[in-house]
Formats: sequence, structure tokens, C-alpha cells
Amino acid sequence: MNFWWFLLLSIIKIAVVLVILLTAVAYTVLLERKVVGRIQNRWGPSRVGPFGLLQPLADGLKLFLKEDLLPTAVYKPLYILAPVIALACALTSIAVVPFGADIKFKGVDLFQIANVNIGLLVILAVTSVGVYGIALSGWSSNNKYSLLGALRSSAQLVSYELALGLSLVGVVLRAGSLNLRTIVDVQATHGALSWNIFGGFQIVAFFVYLTAAYAETNRTPFDLPEAESELTAGYHTEYSSMKFAMFFMSEYANMITVSCVATLLFLGGWSSPFGHLFPSFGPVIDAILPVFWFVAKVFFFLFVYIWVRGTLPRFRYDQLMGFGWKVLLPVAIANIVVTSLWLGFTRPL
Amino acid sequence: MVPVSYYLILSAILFSIGVGAFLIKRNIITIFMSIELMLNAVNLSFVAFANYWNQINHQFSGQIFVFFVMVVAAAEAAVGLAIIIALFRTRKTLNVDQVDLMKL
Amino acid sequence: MHLVLFFIFGGFCVAGALNLLLQRHPINSALSLIVVMTSLAVLYLLLGAEFLAAVQVIVYSGAIMVLFTFVIMLLNAQREERTHGSRAAYILGFPGAAALFALLTFIFISNGKSLGFAVLGPDMVSTSQLSSVLFRDLLLPFEVTSVLILIAILGAVALARHHEPHKDESKTQGKER
Repeated sequence: MNFWWFLLLSIIKIAVVLVILLTAVAYTVLLERKVVGRIQNRWGPSRVGPFGLLQPLADGLKLFLKEDLLPTAVYKPLYILAPVIALACALTSIAVVPFGADIKFKGVDLFQIANVNIGLLVILAVTSVGVYGIALSGWSSNNKYSLLGALRSSAQLVSYELALGLSLVGVVLRAGSLNLRTIVDVQATHGALSWNIFGGFQIVAFFVYLTAAYAETNRTPFDLPEAESELTAGYHTEYSSMKFAMFFMSEYANMITVSCVATLLFLGGWSSPFGHLFPSFGPVIDAILPVFWFVAKVFFFLFVYIWVRGTLPRFRYDQLMGFGWKVLLPVAIANIVVTSLWLGFTRPL
Repeated sequence: MVPVSYYLILSAILFSIGVGAFLIKRNIITIFMSIELMLNAVNLSFVAFANYWNQINHQFSGQIFVFFVMVVAAAEAAVGLAIIIALFRTRKTLNVDQVDLMKL
Repeated sequence: MHLVLFFIFGGFCVAGALNLLLQRHPINSALSLIVVMTSLAVLYLLLGAEFLAAVQVIVYSGAIMVLFTFVIMLLNAQREERTHGSRAAYILGFPGAAALFALLTFIFISNGKSLGFAVLGPDMVSTSQLSSVLFRDLLLPFEVTSVLILIAILGAVALARHHEPHKDESKTQGKER
């Protein structure tokens, strides 16, 4: 593997993934407004461009041209640093996600920025650092609503991270590896039947993961840090213009990352639901088809996110904490025990 | 290629800064943080020694030590911060100089 | 390459630690400590401890320091003021720390030749190697630490909960700004 080829291809990959991710963020916002609109029996954005397709551009332009207010009472260094941390962590975690089959060009993976042995842990680590963006924004704003939002958010993230991490242990036990490619390869043998959610009997872990991930990304029904009926806008009350847009983008980028991880761990990543049922369609189609499956599955999860938001009411804060510690955590631990017993009996060492 | 001793010297620097911060800081939370800094410095030296032994005879017990230190540090942080909250509730201060009576 | 990375992240470590020492507001100290811990994770990677690098970020930067910032925010800690007690610490603290540093550095430099070199790549300790030592040879200590964690959780809950009803006002006072 030539070093310069590696550098060049890596930079190209990073640029392409970043552009696609940011476009996906913009259009997830549009999708959300459209779907929630349909759920509430209205049209959603429909004026800008055909079917409202240019609405994200208009929104971005509006936020970009707004005046960037800096309230006098804020603690300036942290106030400016907080949205940067939030967005940087949200965008970094996509780096270890494999989007397609293991196809190499000059010794460099085409569909993954970095193939790391501990990929799953890297995603957990980067998202766990992202909480500082929220905590610091609330503290530095010098506003009681922001502070309450930030306190709620950090307590919620720390509590639900346990259930989130434990729900992934079953999958890791089954694959015997923390490498995301290996985890997908284990599920790719018999199509949809060997996916962790069906053939791996990880359906309990799947629902624990999904619930905990909704709490981690501060989405309904766990969006207490920004509950508008109690806290105006929560931790980003004092933010305006591009700084606000950075928080907004980081929330949706986190949603996309969570959907990618759910796809990789429970729905077989880029593997086809039909397994090896159909013959090969030639090298080019074989390279593109996995990416299509991956995107379709991620899109499904994003749709579920929006569907849940349009359907469920918000939890009360004590209910949220009680649910995390008294329901999700024991269920995740029970899942680990059952999975390891089952693996111990069926797969002797 | 970096000499292992560089890592050990870095760990010594961090440990000494931790000791200094522990001695001159007056806020109990910051004092607690300098203890964490010292633990981290020691962890670095453990990992450096693990690298050295791993090259010689494939022993990496140093990394296991770090694992246990992290577990204990997590437990210590939970209890320590609970103590700080209880202290603040009764004394209304975080300054260690004002916490010098054993009665309320 | 290895040397450059070492100096960059070692520099971050030292700068963060010095900032912890010099800042007077606890939240700034906490943030500089996060910088130190995250750079240490990179140094662990350079030393071939990939699992520990990830765990360092998850446990230290992602859990312990979040608790610290949470407590700082909850108690609304202000800038610390200098008092009489700190004078003695200034006189004793710096020479003591400097003497300790000089001693350790002298030992490491004088034995530097025999310690060899850290090379990037071949000495990576994989997660499965680490876990086989942890769960076979050291199973008992591992189980004991889990009991320790349980006791710590119970202790933290017992310490931080309210005992008397009239203590409620002290909780709201902490959040006041």
C-alpha cells in the first residue's frame, strides 16, 4: 500500500462522506417535516421547489444570514466551543462505519474511511464525548433554562449509555469481535435469516438499543433537555444563527450515526436480505448493490425515528430515569446472560 | 520509534503537576481532579512498561493493571463526588480551608 | 511519524495539565483534564494498547469527567479564592513536586538505554488476548472489582440522598445562578 495513494484516497473519502452526510442531514430535516406533517394531516413544506425539495437550502441560507447574537452574560470561550464539540463529535463517529462490501482499490478500502479493530468501541467513545457540547452550552449560556436542559441531558446520557453499551454486548459475543466488518460478515451467511435481530435472537437487545439510542440523541419521547413546554428550548435557548444550526446539524447527524450502527449490528449492514439467492450481476452492480441495501436500511431507521416522534408523547423526567435504570438496564443484563449461556451450550470451546 | 523512557518521563511530568495541583488548589473538586491526573500519569507508565515487557516475553500485565485502576477510579469518582455533594449541603462551601471542623 | 505524534499529544498532555494547575475556575480545570485524558488515549494507541485507548475515552472522558462537570454545574462552583492555608502549600508544594520530578526523570534517563524503543504496529495487544488473561488467569480479581463497583454505587446513593425534609432548600440553592 503506497503511502501517498493512501493519503489521497483517504482525503477524497473523507470529503465525499462529509458532503453526503451533511446533505443527508439537510434532507432528514425535510423528511421529518414532511412525514410529521402527513401524520398530523397537513402538507408540510411544499412551496420551495418541487414538493418542497429546496426547503433545506432555504433553511440553511436563512440561518446563515441571521445575525449572530452573543448575549452579554455568557462565558464566551465555552459558549463558542460548545457547538463545535457537539458537531465535531457527531461527524467524527461516521468515520469507522462501513457502507459497503470490502472492495479495495490500491490496497485502500473504498466504502469505509477507517477499518479499526475496535470500531464499535470507537463509535461509543466518540458519542460519549459529544455530551460535553450539550453540557457546556447549557452552563456557559448563563441562563436557567439552558442550565436545566444541560443538567437533564448529561444525567440522561450517562444513565442511558449503560443500557446502550450492555445491549451491544450480545451482538459482540455472537460475532466474537469488535470490528464492524466482522460483525456484519457473521450476519451475511443466510440473508435476513442470519441477521442478529432474527437468526441471532437479539431482538430484545435490538429494542433496548433503539430505546437507549433515542434517549442518547435527545429525541422524542426522551427529548426532555429541549422540552419546549417547560424549558423554552433547553440547552440551546441562547444560541442563534450558525451556532444554533450546528447544534441542529449535530442532532440529526447523531440520528444518522445511530441508524447506521443499528443497521450494522442488528440488520446485517450492507448484506442483502436475500443472501446468496440470486446470481452475481457483474462486478459493478455487486459493488453498488450492498451500498443500496445499507442506505435503504438506514432510511428505514430514520423513518422510524420520525414516526415515533409523530406518535408518542414525552416522558416525565422521573419516569425517564426510572425506566432507564429499572427496566432497560436489567433487561439488557438478562439478555447478556441468556445469550452467553446459549452460546456456551451451542458453541463448545 | 520512540524510546520507552520518553513515555515514562512524560508520565513523571504529569504526576508531578498532579502533585503540585493537589497541594496548591483550594477547591475540593479541583483537588479531586488532580488525584485523577496522578492516576492517569501512573496508568501511562503502566502501559509503557507493558509495551516493554510485551516486546521481551509477550507479557502485558501492565495493561491489566490499568484496567483495574480505571475500574477503581470510576468507583472512587462516584463515591467522592457523592461526598462532595453531601459536604456542600451541610457547609455551603467547596473551599477546603473552611472545612476544618468535625462538628457542624 | 511515531515521534511526531508522541510530541504532539505529549505536548497536549503537558499543556492540559499545566492549564489545570493555572486555571482558577473548576470548569476550566475539568476541561483541561479532559484534554489530558483524550491525548493519553492516543498515547496508549501508540504504545499498542488499543482496547485501553477506547476504554480510556469511554470511562475517563465520557463518564468520570461528565460526572465532574455535572457536579460543578450542579453546585455552581465559583472561582476559588486564595486563603491563608494556600501560602504554606505554595512554599512546600512546588519544591516537593519539582524534587519528585527531578528524581523520577533522573532514574528514567539513567536507565533509558535498557528500556528499549516503542515501535508502532507489531506490538499491538488485541482485545481477545487481553480478555483471555483477564477472564482466565485473573477471574477472581475481576469478580472482586465488580463487587467493589456495586458497593460504590450503594455508597454513592446512600451519601447523596436526602435525610431530613428541610434539606430541600439546599438543593435548589445549588442550581441558583
